[in-house]
Amino acid sequence: MYDYSEFDESFVRTRVAQFSDQVARRIDGSLTEEEFRPLRLMNGLYLQLHAYMLRVAIPYGTISPRQMRQLALIADRWDKGYGHFTTRQNIQFNWPKLPDVPAILAALADVQMHAIQTSGNTIRNVTADHFAGAAADEIEDPRPVAELLRQWSSDHPEFQFLPRKFKIAITGSPNDRAVTRAHDIGLRMVRNTAGEPGFEVIVGGGLGRTPMIGVTVRDFLPKADLLPYVEAVLSVYNTLGRRDNKYKARIKITVFETGAAEMTRMIEERFAQLRPLFGGNDQTLLADIEEAFATPAFRDAPTGACDLAYASDPVFRAWVDTNIAAHRNPQYAIVTVSLKAHGATPGDASSDQMRVIADVAESLGHSEIRISHEQNVILPHVHRSGLPALHAALQKVGLATANVGLISDIIACPGMDYCALATARSIPVAQKIATRFDDLKLEHDIGALKIKISGCINACGHHHVGHIGILGLDRAGVENYQITLGGDGTETAAIGERAGPGFAYDEIVPAVERLIHAYLEQRKAADETFLQTYRRLGAAPFKAALYPEGAPDAA
Amino acid sequence: MSRRFTPKVVTANALLEGDVVYLTADDRWSRDHREAELIEDEAVAEERLLHAASQRRTIVGAYLADARPGPDGPEPAHFREVFRTRGPSNYAHGKQVDAPYV
Repeated sequence: MYDYSEFDESFVRTRVAQFSDQVARRIDGSLTEEEFRPLRLMNGLYLQLHAYMLRVAIPYGTISPRQMRQLALIADRWDKGYGHFTTRQNIQFNWPKLPDVPAILAALADVQMHAIQTSGNTIRNVTADHFAGAAADEIEDPRPVAELLRQWSSDHPEFQFLPRKFKIAITGSPNDRAVTRAHDIGLRMVRNTAGEPGFEVIVGGGLGRTPMIGVTVRDFLPKADLLPYVEAVLSVYNTLGRRDNKYKARIKITVFETGAAEMTRMIEERFAQLRPLFGGNDQTLLADIEEAFATPAFRDAPTGACDLAYASDPVFRAWVDTNIAAHRNPQYAIVTVSLKAHGATPGDASSDQMRVIADVAESLGHSEIRISHEQNVILPHVHRSGLPALHAALQKVGLATANVGLISDIIACPGMDYCALATARSIPVAQKIATRFDDLKLEHDIGALKIKISGCINACGHHHVGHIGILGLDRAGVENYQITLGGDGTETAAIGERAGPGFAYDEIVPAVERLIHAYLEQRKAADETFLQTYRRLGAAPFKAALYPEGAPDAA
Repeated sequence: MSRRFTPKVVTANALLEGDVVYLTADDRWSRDHREAELIEDEAVAEERLLHAASQRRTIVGAYLADARPGPDGPEPAHFREVFRTRGPSNYAHGKQVDAPYV
């Protein structure tokens, strides 16, 4: 992976020193909260419901064992022994105390990590396909380009005060695992007719209170043009984007109000001005970065031990069937380590679990670890002969749940258990759904299903693109949960449709159960997924299941 | 006829720890909602809020939250404020450990 240059190192250390001084001045009263708040947000420090929260960037979801161990150390020394992995491939610490934050940031800097631009109206952590560099379906590893974007966007003087936050996602595969169509800019690698790799550039996607699927402004952008093109998009947005209304400030609204054709024209015009200015420096830098993402030295060894365990151990077999994805080297596997044990908090890992992940990554996974936007951990390069030992090691710390892509593999935002913006809780709803379907022993029969839960309209839990989306709201002083159906975050992206009136906190799990029973009754065969059934039949049979009396209560 | 004023407490987060705190009648910041001053008059509430907001070296983000009288002192009226009195529901962390309050 990429190692900090002297410039990166000095930049991060300088920011730690600056922020340490700012914290000291806040505590001694020289800075008011109004003055301090933008400074702390620039460094990823929020004030939540019960405590401060520090959001640490994990660029494009790539993290080393050494960094993972440092996160464990921070969790033990300055927090409550765990961390929460988020839908932007970040980690959040929920209980730091203000006077400790400078020490935490210094500890992060020791392992080339930071919390810069994890908040504020800037370009946020660039997210990427969590199978990058390993997936069988990949054209190219998108992470060198993601790293180039990280360096370019970090402290970029022109883009520190955008109209609103700005999120970029990138995938190197035609199968979109990075939700590129729901980002401010989505970059999807494709080949042109000559077979050269480039990007489909998608602009103006987003979730939140006004969910939109992005529009393609370029079907094929040569790879070498990426940085000037992205800068052109940002430049047009920075000029046109609305600063008068926070709720209309994202680029999705700019695209909607300007029109896709005019927006595209303006981007191309700006691109024509910017392109000559780059002069190839970005490509020289990219070539250096690409060297840092060299493929590991894959082993060539028998995989018989894995086959044997697969045949004889049903628990191991279930785990392999659900948590393993195809690697481009047939002797290897991509392993998704589930952070969704039934009844656990989605995305949370204890410090012990973090250390075990670091250990097994080193011993069995070429020292590579990724965090997925689905709040799981990926070991992208595991030789199949190592899978039984890996499974055994993960089992000991509750990390071997065989549920990836199933009903209990739920995305849930922190919701009103932590978040100051939340209007209802998300985590307990996820916990109850997971334990309910585990009790019913229906999970594997139901098959592929994505439930995503947000505790407010800002949609950090991506509920709009859940096959079943759940949105928690405050209705007249009571938690109320709306269901959306048919959402999809992949290359066939779709925004889910609201099913009808919401459900009370104690009604939401039974409602989901009715939905699932309707699906099981309606599906043509066991391999027709929930989403396929929904697309074939439409919402009617599901609405009938949700509102059996035909006269739903007003929410 | 003007709407009846819903009683309030002044609440905030402690500057250093981030803990949820409540302004008491004797001008302390308590971590226990039951010790909060229950303010029944709108003008007094505004004045107490201003007083709280001026304590910038102690607390952050003071605001008025709806509350009602209870047998052991003021009780939160809204579920968000109920959660703030105890901590998250997924772990026994926060006030529910340090100062049990139901």
